[in-house]
Amino acid sequence: MTAQLEYPDLQDSDALLSVQGLWKVFGPKAQRVPRRPELAALDRTDLYAKTGCTAAVRDLSFDVAPGEVFVVMGLSGSGKSTLVRCLTRLIEPTAGRLVFEGEDLRAADEKRLRALRRSKFSMVFQHFGLLPHRKVIDNVSYGLEIRGESKPDRRRRAQEVIDLVGLSGNEHLYPEQLSGGMQQRVGLARALANDPDVLLFDEPFSALDPLIRREMQTEVVRLHREVGKTMVFITHDLSEALKLGDRILLMRDGAAVQLGTGDELVGAPADDYVREFVRDVQRADVLTLRWIARRPRDGEPLDGPELGPDVLVREATRLVLEADRPVKVVSNGTLLGVIGDEEILAVVADN
Amino acid sequence: MKKLRYAGVLTAVALALAGCGGEKVGADKPAAGGKDCGTFNLTVSPWVGYEANAAVVAYVATKDLGCTVVKKNLKEEIAWQGFSTGEVDVNLENWGHEDLKKKYITTDKVAVEAGSTGVKGVIGWYVPPWMAAKYPDITDWKNLNKYAALFKTSESGGKGQLLDGDPSYVTNDEALVKNLALNYKVVQSGSETALIQAFRDAEKNKRPLLAYFYEPQWFFNEVKLVKINLPAYKAGCDTDPAKVACDYPPYDLDKIVSKKFADSGSPAYDLVKNFKWTNEDQNAVARMIAVDKLTPDQAAEKWVKDNQSKVNAWLGK
Amino acid sequence: MAAITSDMEVEVRRPRRSVIVGVLLVVWVAAYFVLRGIDTLVLGGQETTPLHRWLTEHRDGVGQGNVFFDAIRIAVDHFVVLLQNVISQPSFDRPVPVIGWLGVVAIAAYCAWAFGNWKVAVLTAAGLAFVGLQGLWQESMDTLALTVAAVLLSLLVAIPLGIWAGLSDRAFRVATLVLDLMQTLPTFVYLAPLTLFFAIGPAAATIATLIYAAPPAVRLTAHAIRSVPPESVEAARSLGSTRGQTLLKVLLPMSRSTVVVGINQTIMAALSMVTVAALIDAPGLGQTVLKALQTLDVGVAFNAGLAIVVIAIVLDRVTTAAGDRPWRTASVRRKVLLGVGALAVLVAIWFSRTYVWAAEFPSDVNVGSRIAVVATDVTNWVHNVFGGFTYGLRDAVTIGLLNPLEGLLTGSPWWLVSAVVVALAAVLGGWRGAVPAAVCLVLLVATGVWQDSMVTLASTLLATVVVVAVGLALGVWAGRNRRVDTWIRPVLDAGQTMPPFVYLVPFLALFGTSRFTAIAAAVVFAVPVTTKIVADGIRAVPVATVEAANSVGSSAWQVISKVQLPVARRAITLAVNQGLIYVLSMVVVGGLVGAGALGYDVAAGFAQSELYGKGLAAGLAIVLLGVMLDRITQAAARRTQNFQNRGDKR
Repeated sequence: MTAQLEYPDLQDSDALLSVQGLWKVFGPKAQRVPRRPELAALDRTDLYAKTGCTAAVRDLSFDVAPGEVFVVMGLSGSGKSTLVRCLTRLIEPTAGRLVFEGEDLRAADEKRLRALRRSKFSMVFQHFGLLPHRKVIDNVSYGLEIRGESKPDRRRRAQEVIDLVGLSGNEHLYPEQLSGGMQQRVGLARALANDPDVLLFDEPFSALDPLIRREMQTEVVRLHREVGKTMVFITHDLSEALKLGDRILLMRDGAAVQLGTGDELVGAPADDYVREFVRDVQRADVLTLRWIARRPRDGEPLDGPELGPDVLVREATRLVLEADRPVKVVSNGTLLGVIGDEEILAVVADN
Repeated sequence: MKKLRYAGVLTAVALALAGCGGEKVGADKPAAGGKDCGTFNLTVSPWVGYEANAAVVAYVATKDLGCTVVKKNLKEEIAWQGFSTGEVDVNLENWGHEDLKKKYITTDKVAVEAGSTGVKGVIGWYVPPWMAAKYPDITDWKNLNKYAALFKTSESGGKGQLLDGDPSYVTNDEALVKNLALNYKVVQSGSETALIQAFRDAEKNKRPLLAYFYEPQWFFNEVKLVKINLPAYKAGCDTDPAKVACDYPPYDLDKIVSKKFADSGSPAYDLVKNFKWTNEDQNAVARMIAVDKLTPDQAAEKWVKDNQSKVNAWLGK
Repeated sequence: MAAITSDMEVEVRRPRRSVIVGVLLVVWVAAYFVLRGIDTLVLGGQETTPLHRWLTEHRDGVGQGNVFFDAIRIAVDHFVVLLQNVISQPSFDRPVPVIGWLGVVAIAAYCAWAFGNWKVAVLTAAGLAFVGLQGLWQESMDTLALTVAAVLLSLLVAIPLGIWAGLSDRAFRVATLVLDLMQTLPTFVYLAPLTLFFAIGPAAATIATLIYAAPPAVRLTAHAIRSVPPESVEAARSLGSTRGQTLLKVLLPMSRSTVVVGINQTIMAALSMVTVAALIDAPGLGQTVLKALQTLDVGVAFNAGLAIVVIAIVLDRVTTAAGDRPWRTASVRRKVLLGVGALAVLVAIWFSRTYVWAAEFPSDVNVGSRIAVVATDVTNWVHNVFGGFTYGLRDAVTIGLLNPLEGLLTGSPWWLVSAVVVALAAVLGGWRGAVPAAVCLVLLVATGVWQDSMVTLASTLLATVVVVAVGLALGVWAGRNRRVDTWIRPVLDAGQTMPPFVYLVPFLALFGTSRFTAIAAAVVFAVPVTTKIVADGIRAVPVATVEAANSVGSSAWQVISKVQLPVARRAITLAVNQGLIYVLSMVVVGGLVGAGALGYDVAAGFAQSELYGKGLAAGLAIVLLGVMLDRITQAAARRTQNFQNRGDKR
């Protein structure tokens, strides 16, 4: 793999949500920054010194496929939270196109936008953003309430999602009576109540304890399996990104650094920044055999056990080490390469 | 906590049962009389002498004529404004105020004079009695400079202090000090309260004090202040405020009523118009209010009992 | 003022600035000896300037007879009279109000319970019963009726304004500016002009109170809206809420407890103003206090003052409890109990309409006269014991401190004073201090009461220094020690709500009529608020910071001076600032006990028609002094902070 970024075709009609050349610049006369190439090319400090502006999102383009979990990752200040807010225009983008189901979101007026937010998108927030004066069930049904559904309807629907996220029995408590993890379940339930097409998560678990965080991640995986929603998930936690994401977009200073699957990021970092970023990852848990297979040496016995290329290194370790000859990596009958003890050990011992 | 609530409920029930035997509201309706008198608004200026007037007039109007009297505690200026808004019908003791008379009686025609109260007002400079006893010649203004050093205070900047009173009172003191070439400085006490407190303290602790004061005043019942003799008042000697060099004129305190009230034909108007008594009468009632702590009504009742003939004269009986 | 601020700031700032300040002061004193008596802009007590005469002549140009103002007055009047008929005055052809004392106590306690908790309900019932036992039931109900009317009307105006200022940055900036001005404006200043628009009586009193009481509600509503967590608002928007839905379902409910704090402060302000409004014929306890003053009856004045304090404490605790109420609402049991309670209230009301004993507060037990006697005795005792000593103290302070300071301010040419003050403001606060100071000084000269302003300024500065010193000492003590705090706080509350008129007589007895008396009264009035702010600031210092200081073996004094005071700097700046404003707001009351100058001018303008213009100008001068001192202290504080921040980064 090369270090070059490869965007999918921008005209890909399969995409549910398509982002093209998106900019968000904060500061005086922000409009001029994306328009003028010499300004657009400046880095963070120079841009601020010259114009007093900060570009939180710089010329981003990507597509999100239906049913995909799309993770945006970066350190704090990299612009990922701004990006996710731009997607539903909670923050108005400065330039670029947003296409959702073929509709240009940036052209939508206030009313249309509200309609979309009421039925197509939902968001889960880092600090939950719950309404402390409402009971759990009223928090969950808030979205239904403001779109004018009758009380019995929204009660029924709210109860469904409360059961779905595992909050049953807490309907009549107030948010302050719940633990952080439980509060975020309320946030999740509220987002699901609208039955949206896309769920946006803004670092939803970073305010939680590690144990609870893991439990909630598992919960999201389960939900994704059960309801199959498209998800855009913001996080600064690489292991979370690898655990949840079908694809990961790594951001730095508002710009994209690399877009790819988890094993692509780990196996073929686009540059030193990404390499540094993924250094501490348990590579064996992320990399598949595809990434470590080598061409068979001359005279090597090719009658060892066979494994598929998408098997994780961790899963293959025991087999490879116990086999007395190299293991073959085979895809659809084609030999992609072989793996011996030293390849496995290089990955496992690396940690 | 729970018990407490039940206790509360029980108490309420107990009260309810116990209370059923009480006297009912409206069981003794006041005699409905004097339908034609109606209601009038009486301003009450901030000194006890006035309050004595108000107490007696209100008492007689209520008891004998069946009027409803609404008393309003107002400063003089504000009370005059009340004539034009209808908030005030009667002022029972007016100290001069020629400018206001001109505005409200002559120009605006919202008020009319209703004759003298019979009470004579005196304004002047006073010292506590112990000083008059110790320095007999102090009562002549010409000797004031001799004693100026006695009256020095932290406020008078090296000169003698002449203490002035409430900002609403009529005063020529600054001009007097200047025109009589007195080595004194006028210091504003700012209120009648401050003035009386100062005199009380001066007499009790034998401190020197020279201050603006006036009669009739209930305080004379407590401490008999002694007046300084300024150059005698002659008609017209106070026309130019900047050149005044004579004593304050004697005031014939009078009554002012609103035009509306005067034209109403209410018997209360005749009462107000006929109301007339003396400094002694006023002081007697004022003393009952200020010193004996009677309510105005009680004081009036007591006085009326002893002076029924005067009251009958007001009522035209 | 320059002198004082510099003294205060010098300790905490780099030495160079203190040197400049010192040099300035020395130059000033030197110049004073040369230029003494030139251009001092003296204006005698009865003298006026053309501006004053112009204002006097045009007083009739406005107000009265104007249909618009009349309509407002009549509407307010009807409202107030209605409330009075219900709880205080005989009405509807009955010798008693619609609801007698039993009914009022029941309703009040029930409301306290429903909005707060059972503890404040008990407090409410006890407080009202106490007021009744004092023999002041009807007066208290008049005060309460007026307060309630004024508070309801202020909220009607203040909350929408507050919401507007909460949502719009521009409205917020304008509102802050206007509210700052309104809060420095002494109540006496607009009391007299208001009578021109709204005549006298309960309606005018209510309107004056409304104006005085609205600012805190506006301020805190705006603040509350602004401090709703942005994520909750975003969450609501992300679900497709309209602006109206966001406001009604998110912003307002989440602002509730802060808005209630605003309502609480509005109620407190209204209560204190209703007392002062007795001067324009507001019925109630204020009348009792004012009347007692005429005969120097400290006992009766104190008794009525105590009733005001009791009502204030009840209202304060009930609103605080209502604000602190958690989101969790009623359990079924509570709902049932509330229902039962409502029935009991109805029964009580019925009783209070039917039986005399429940309608008119029984007068058999009169605690009031006993309180009055005790208060009088205590005052006399204090007077007898301290009498000799207090005059000496007064003279020492006046001659040693006040006279030199006042002499310097009044004896120097106006342009010299202005130049020095602007220079000091520039040194201490940069252009943010200097520009407002210059503008205010020019306007002060224009008011024509320059010399009186300087006299008032001297007393104000001295009083503020004392207030800050006492407030810091008490505040640090209370902030470090919980027990002290619980004991001191009710006293402070009482000091803040007791109408200042009440302690004028004892102070007069102790100190005679003098500027010192006014300073002492101002100190008593302003110390509670400074102490509270300092104590809260000290308590807000993170425990970890104090622990860290203790862990390296700091002495108590080192912890206070090197950790708690510097960390609580913001609170202390606020305390100085509020102390100043409270002292200034007592200037007019000071005028009633011999302070003369601006306070006397305002009072005289209120009382004498030919001095109306001068009184108005003097009122303006008080505001200008307030704005000037406020801006300079704020700018100085900001500069110190900037300096510190830079230091931190380095």
